[in-house]
Amino acid sequence: MLLFTRSTRRASAWPPLLPSRRQPRNPLWLGAPRHYSAPATRHGRPFRLAVIGSGPAGFYTAYRTMTRVQDARVDMYEALPVPFGLVRFGVAPDHPEVKNCQDKFEEVASSPNFTFIGNVTVGTASDHPDGAAVSLASLLRRYNAVVFSYGAPKDRALGIPGESLPGVYSAREFVGWYNGLPEHADLAPDLTRGDEAVIIGQGNVALDVARMLLEDVDVLRRSDIAEHAVETLARSKVRRVHIVGRRGPMQAAFTIKEVRELMRLPAVGFHPIDASLVPPDPKALPRAPRRLMDVLLKGSPTPPAEAAKSWSLDFLLSPTAFLPSDPPSDPPRLAAVRFARTTLSSPFDPQAYALPADETAELRTPLAFRSIGYRSAPLPEFAALGIPFSERHGVISNDGRGRVRHEERTPDAAMALGTFPGLYCAGWVKRGPTGVIASTMEDAFATADAIAEDWADASVRFLNEAPGQGQGPDEVNGWDAVRHEMTRGEVNKVVHWEGWKRIDAAERERGAKVGKEREKFTRTAEMLAVLG
Amino acid sequence: MLPRLLPTATRSVRLAGQSVRRYTKPSAAAPLLRAARSRSGPAPARSTTKPAVPQAQTRSFSATAAVSHGHIDPPKPGEELYVTFIDKEGGEHKLAVSKGDNLLDIAQAHDLEMEGACGGSCACSTCHVIVLDQEYYDRMPEPDDDENDMLDLAFGLQETSRLGCQVAMTPELDGLRVKLPSMTRNLQSKDFN
Ligand SMILES: Cc1cc2nc3c(=O)[nH]c(=O)nc-3n(C[C@H](O)[C@H](O)[C@H](O)COP(=O)(O)OP(=O)(O)OC[C@H]3O[C@@H](n4cnc5c(N)ncnc54)[C@H](O)[C@@H]3O)c2cc1C
Ligand SMILES: NC(=O)c1ccc[n+]([C@@H]2O[C@H](COP(=O)([O-])OP(=O)(O)OC[C@H]3O[C@@H](n4cnc5c(N)ncnc54)[C@H](OP(=O)(O)O)[C@@H]3O)[C@@H](O)[C@H]2O)c1
Ligand code: FES
Repeated sequence: MLLFTRSTRRASAWPPLLPSRRQPRNPLWLGAPRHYSAPATRHGRPFRLAVIGSGPAGFYTAYRTMTRVQDARVDMYEALPVPFGLVRFGVAPDHPEVKNCQDKFEEVASSPNFTFIGNVTVGTASDHPDGAAVSLASLLRRYNAVVFSYGAPKDRALGIPGESLPGVYSAREFVGWYNGLPEHADLAPDLTRGDEAVIIGQGNVALDVARMLLEDVDVLRRSDIAEHAVETLARSKVRRVHIVGRRGPMQAAFTIKEVRELMRLPAVGFHPIDASLVPPDPKALPRAPRRLMDVLLKGSPTPPAEAAKSWSLDFLLSPTAFLPSDPPSDPPRLAAVRFARTTLSSPFDPQAYALPADETAELRTPLAFRSIGYRSAPLPEFAALGIPFSERHGVISNDGRGRVRHEERTPDAAMALGTFPGLYCAGWVKRGPTGVIASTMEDAFATADAIAEDWADASVRFLNEAPGQGQGPDEVNGWDAVRHEMTRGEVNKVVHWEGWKRIDAAERERGAKVGKEREKFTRTAEMLAVLG
Repeated sequence: MLPRLLPTATRSVRLAGQSVRRYTKPSAAAPLLRAARSRSGPAPARSTTKPAVPQAQTRSFSATAAVSHGHIDPPKPGEELYVTFIDKEGGEHKLAVSKGDNLLDIAQAHDLEMEGACGGSCACSTCHVIVLDQEYYDRMPEPDDDENDMLDLAFGLQETSRLGCQVAMTPELDGLRVKLPSMTRNLQSKDFN
């Protein structure tokens, strides 16, 4: 069944699409601040919201919606048996303070108006063998609105030769592996083949990967890092880490706090950067780049020659191939990474772009990580339901405040605005895979404010409101109705918040035995075994 | 008077999601230029004032669950210090507090909108405040590197910006006035994709 049409011309489809949700209003919402007070109910029914994904975007959207729309009922669907998305499976284990945002998420989950529906993938099948799945079409029948906040579950590839050679890892899988993500529990990276490691990309994820390779494993041992990672890192032979970027220090994606943290690692040395890439008078720079250049130029207290391990930021190198050894080993393995040198359109301009120069360079290494960004993807039903996903930007098409919208050229060359009543998005799937938790929070708040504003505006349509459309308001019972569309076997796999708390307690107990805050279960079956 | 706005730095621009990196490129360079992706993609921003929100609704939630809110004791009579918060809608909240309380705990204990996502560990910048009077700013112990590093990433950074979790009340700060930065970024319809 086609639920949404792509353009406004197909106004007869269900639910009916108006030419524009609010008209006339251009630009749509940049008018004077609107004073709204979102009423508790429409047609005498509370607002029912499904949130897909339990990362910061999902939780902060739920939280803000619950504070803005009185008596809102929020059901949160999460593919894994455990909540928190990248706060659990992305944020580095030696950054426990970053995970304090979970306190707020706990607070949200403790509300009687909130239901956590864990171990349920929204889509056609569970993303792991022990989980249940529920179709998006089913959610669309049972809620007034749905928020897509399922993050960026894939990663970007370079698309260069040799990318799948043994020895080349994606940062996403490596990060997932050391953080106990079930999907990558079996990665078993081989860190014993040589001294060198090359990380491609200079974002904060690249710095996280570098820190895991450089940091004293006894420091990591006390964190909530997965046990298998401690064992592997303890045997690591890596002593020299290159973090390679295609642009210069003035354009780098990492942030100062993370660089400083690497500089401060005891007994780890930093090879000085090419100072010609820093503006001649760094003092004249604006505050943030000035302070960053200062940290880069100062370097590490331990000189690299006296250090047990060392690292460098290698600039102006764009990868062109991962090379096997010559003659090739059997099976072939990574032996080197080849780069094209680049020049910058304007060396000190933060927006400068890289141009390829003729020269090439090679770094010999048995170990490389590609850390060039995560990537989102449409849910399997999007195409059939007509929900717009921009492959180019890797986000759900939206109006910037999180309302799913799509502009399309009609055959007569006019622009039509496709609106999708009741559909919203937040977080990395809305904005792309960049931004720290604070920016994801802001972004989620903006989405929730849009939802509350819309609910307060009688002219804005939501899902399943109009009687006589097959699914009247009586059917909008959220999870209570959805679960009846699942088999009993599937419903039995669902992990609610109390279930997560038991898994949480079991992990903490395992951790206490070995002096860690928690010892994560790295298999979904182990998590579910706690629940009997 | 508000302190002068600092020149916006690239990094804070990026973190604000207001990415404006441009890669206008000669086509030969194409493979190197894929970075344009999301950054120059869906998100250039305009900020507008966000719609005012009825206080009562904000409260109703916190009232049901007050787990992580700031824990502070009311000041002893005669030992009150005063601090005024100016919220995002411009409302003033003058509060009597005790010596040693930090601005994050104070704000949360009084249900002001300050997130404090990292629980006061100097790791998130969601407790950003702008000190309204340079003289008061100068009376505070200087921010350390870690605080400045987080501030570099804060939305709407100003010269008298501080992290609320790092500023504790002292008698010298009695009468302090701080503003909560308005962070909402609203986007335009032309950014549809
Ligand atoms: C390696 C790494 C380290 C980071 N470190 C920091 C840091 O130190 N500090 C900081 O501030 N920020 C950090 N960040 C950024 C921060 O993690 C993100 O800003 C934030 O997590 C994005 O939130 P999100 O909710 O959009 O996505 P996510 O956190 O990815 O959450 C998405 C959730 O949706 C679930 N899901 C996916 N598909 C489905 C489906 N079909 N059905 C149901 N559920 C689904 C996923 O399982 C996941 O739980 C880091 C990011 C990475 C990648
Ligand atoms: N501690 C923390 O606060 C923390 C930790 C981890 C992650 N995070 C956040 O999470 C977000 C994601 O981080 P991220 O590191 O995955 O992404 P990111 O910050 O976007 O960095 C991606 C890096 O990959 C490079 N790159 C992209 N495509 C490339 C290509 N084809 N060839 C060569 N290099 C390429 C980019 O270079 P260009 O700049 O040239 O495009 C950039 O250096 C960021 O906002 C980050 O701050 C925060
Ligand atoms: S609360 Fe996170 S930096 Fe202050």
